[in-house]
Amino acid sequence: MSLRVNNLTVYYRTLKGDVRALEDATFSVGDGEIMGLAGESGCGKSTLSNSIVLLKPPMKYIKGSVSLDGEELPIQDMERMNSYRFKKVSVIPQYAMNALNPTRKIGKIIEELLASKQEYFGAIQPELMRRMELVKLSSDVLKMYPIELSGGMKQRVVMVLSTLLDPSLLIADEITSALDVASQKAVAEMLVEFRNQKFVRSIIVITHDLSILAQIADSILIMYAGQVAEKASTPVIIRQPRHPYTHMLISSLPEVGVRYTEKRLKGIPGKPPLLLNPPSGCRFRERCPFAFEKCLEVPPLTEVDHGHYVACWKELAAHA
Amino acid sequence: MNKSAAKNELLYFALRNRKLQIGLGIVLLFVVLAIFGPLLTRNDPFAYANPLGAQPPSPEYWFGTTFFGQDVFSQFVFGLRATFVVGLIGGGLGTLLGILVGFTSGYRGGWLDEILNIFTNIVLVIPTLAVLLIIAAYLKVRSIPIECLFIGLTSWPWTARAIRAQTFSLRTRDFVDTARMSGMKANKIIFTEIAPNMMSYLVMAFILQFGGAILTAATLDFIGLGPTNAISLGLMMQVAVLWGALQLGSWWWFIPPGLAITAIVGALYVMNVGLDEVFNPKLREM
Amino acid sequence: MRLYFGRKLFIYALTFFVAVTIDWMIPRFMPGNPILNVMARIGASINPIAAQAMYTYYQHVFGFDLPIWQQYLNFWSALIHGNLGISIYMFPTPVANVLKSAVPYDIFLLVPSILLSWYAGNKFGAYAARSKWLDNTISPLGYVLTATPYMWLGIILAWLFGIKLGWFPIAGAYSFNVAPSLSWPFILNLLHHWFLPFASLFLVGFGGQAIGMRNMIIYELEADYSHYLEALGAPKGLIRRYAFNNAVLPQITGLALSLGVVVAGALVTEVVFSYPGIGYLLLAAIQNQDYFLIQGCFLFIIIGVLLANFVIDIMYVIIDPRTRRGMMGEMA
Repeated sequence: MSLRVNNLTVYYRTLKGDVRALEDATFSVGDGEIMGLAGESGCGKSTLSNSIVLLKPPMKYIKGSVSLDGEELPIQDMERMNSYRFKKVSVIPQYAMNALNPTRKIGKIIEELLASKQEYFGAIQPELMRRMELVKLSSDVLKMYPIELSGGMKQRVVMVLSTLLDPSLLIADEITSALDVASQKAVAEMLVEFRNQKFVRSIIVITHDLSILAQIADSILIMYAGQVAEKASTPVIIRQPRHPYTHMLISSLPEVGVRYTEKRLKGIPGKPPLLLNPPSGCRFRERCPFAFEKCLEVPPLTEVDHGHYVACWKELAAHA
Repeated sequence: MNKSAAKNELLYFALRNRKLQIGLGIVLLFVVLAIFGPLLTRNDPFAYANPLGAQPPSPEYWFGTTFFGQDVFSQFVFGLRATFVVGLIGGGLGTLLGILVGFTSGYRGGWLDEILNIFTNIVLVIPTLAVLLIIAAYLKVRSIPIECLFIGLTSWPWTARAIRAQTFSLRTRDFVDTARMSGMKANKIIFTEIAPNMMSYLVMAFILQFGGAILTAATLDFIGLGPTNAISLGLMMQVAVLWGALQLGSWWWFIPPGLAITAIVGALYVMNVGLDEVFNPKLREM
Repeated sequence: MRLYFGRKLFIYALTFFVAVTIDWMIPRFMPGNPILNVMARIGASINPIAAQAMYTYYQHVFGFDLPIWQQYLNFWSALIHGNLGISIYMFPTPVANVLKSAVPYDIFLLVPSILLSWYAGNKFGAYAARSKWLDNTISPLGYVLTATPYMWLGIILAWLFGIKLGWFPIAGAYSFNVAPSLSWPFILNLLHHWFLPFASLFLVGFGGQAIGMRNMIIYELEADYSHYLEALGAPKGLIRRYAFNNAVLPQITGLALSLGVVVAGALVTEVVFSYPGIGYLLLAAIQNQDYFLIQGCFLFIIIGVLLANFVIDIMYVIIDPRTRRGMMGEMA
């Protein structure tokens, strides 16, 4: 399968005007690929995820298309998207630990959800048990209420439930943010296992933690202030980033074994722009050490190498 | 956002909120009537002005007259004053007590919280009207301040519960811990860190107490346990029913008082919804 | 669950104890002398010797000649034996008997109006949360109804439907010229008299419940689990059903807390319609300074409210599956 996103532009309607949260997002995810989606808070990662799965007010669709396995998704039409949700496109939300109805037993929740989507629980049950065992959840969990489970257990229930119908695309939104390091590793590995066992075809892993992506992602897409900055395979992003923002992001990560007295951590001075009235052109130019006059125009996302896309005038100039 | 910018944003939304505008407008209308109305009247509310007894509204008596020939409009505007006074003082007292109990309970926690909680629950369950009835019945002379006291002393549990829940959730927030770790005294923490964040709840609690006090006062007055030497909207209705206004069809006597109470309390509730929208950005309409 | 009920029963027992103590305390600590009032009322003779004898007699009857603590204990023991004294207003009927004849009317009025207004209010409140159009019609109606003082709604209904249109009678539980019997004409007559007071209680309660439910459902629809279901493409019906089931729980708790207000409302409604319930009785007792009857009415009201609270607590356990697991749920 493949996911193709073309020029997806989505704004947020607010009383003060439109917040331009996602501008001309273009990328693709191949069959079986795990793509990481990284960037600072407010860069548009969640907007992108919601645009694909749940585009509803106050989000406003401006333009662009999303197609899955060659079929265009009716993301603007909440009703028609329902037939794709859960079956073709699924999501593990950021609030996974609170995503289960507190007054229903887990088994009941799953059963009623499947029934409402015209799926027969009995037929899926053996597969459900198999997957629960895979994520180390005992079958007793089905008879419990969400409040009786720990946060980690609830998250694993959500992981199993979201992927139960073998969706083509799974979006995992900040699923490791609230966990300790050991759990992060376990959850990240489960995600890869899901892909390997073909429970899901492709995964978009949204996070601001590049170290996780370095472990499990095949490719990484970096976003800044609503625009796509760079996309490439993981080793390339980590070792040979071309976009100035990516470069500064990577270098601001602490290295194992290096002490503060030897090498200071470099941050990125400044703050991301407010997207109510974003700067014209490249939105990173006010913090970019390499900015020049051309940067007042929006740089197009160009393939500068096989599978390596960058939106930066400086790189284009060098490439050309 | 710094404090003054945040305040300005609140004000911006507050002034534009439809529900707040309508609600506040109605309440202010009645306040103006209560303040200036009595200046417009020619007759004392208790004076037997009209020898003809109960008469419908006319140019001379704007709201008509009662069975005893008293000027209904006059009674109405003076009664409005009493109603607002009771709402303000009775409601204010109830809010104050509720805040006191709720804050202490929520902030200190532990056994003090347990005791206060049980106490609150007890007062909550006991139908306060029954208690008020008994107390008021034994008092020969009752005045408006006494009525305010009663209402304040029995209506605080609602506010106490709400404030306690809010204090609980705020107490464990990071900024409070920071203040505590930097050695700030408890009182200072309450006033400078917690209270501003609860402003919205305090205001809304007061509005509800205000409306509730008005209703309770009207009920007390109606059964004959209101002030013995004043006029209020509830008392107007009591006398009206007692002296056959229904059977005589003197609608001008019993409709205005009840209508005024409904309008004022309704407007207060609507204001509350509007304020909720202003304080809670998620509810603001697009 | 044992913990849940144990805690509840403890609070109810404590409340009952406090309420009875208040009931006992007030006549004794209020300004004024109840004995003098009674004597004035029955026109005791001016003859000082006779008056003194009468005073002593009443002191003994009321138990004022005993030490305070003994009076208190006697009160409790009388209570347990069902002896609430003799009514002054309806002398020589014992207070307990007077109350017994009034309680059925209260139950007849309160139970249907509470249940129906809760049910209908919650249903309509849920509808209001569905669409903006419904919200704009149901919500204002709800606010107006819940802001309406009970007695004024009673007055308006009595005037409109009782006097102007003449459809319903506005006084008494049944017509004066009809004798109580288990016959259809009597039952119809009873219902005829019952309808307006019932409607008045029902409407105000309905407004409050509708508003409350609407807010609770909106709150549930914005919860994370609702968003999750939406993201998984669950049909609106399923999401609404979950929201409704979860919103009902605090509504049950809210009902218990509102009983005090409902009792007050029933009281004034009975006054407006001269309906012979405890409320009406209480008013007559106050006006006639019948201390024993007042105390008795108060006791009955307290017991009624506590019982109702207990019933609601049981209902809550049945409906919230979590409490059966030993968790407190909403009632914590």
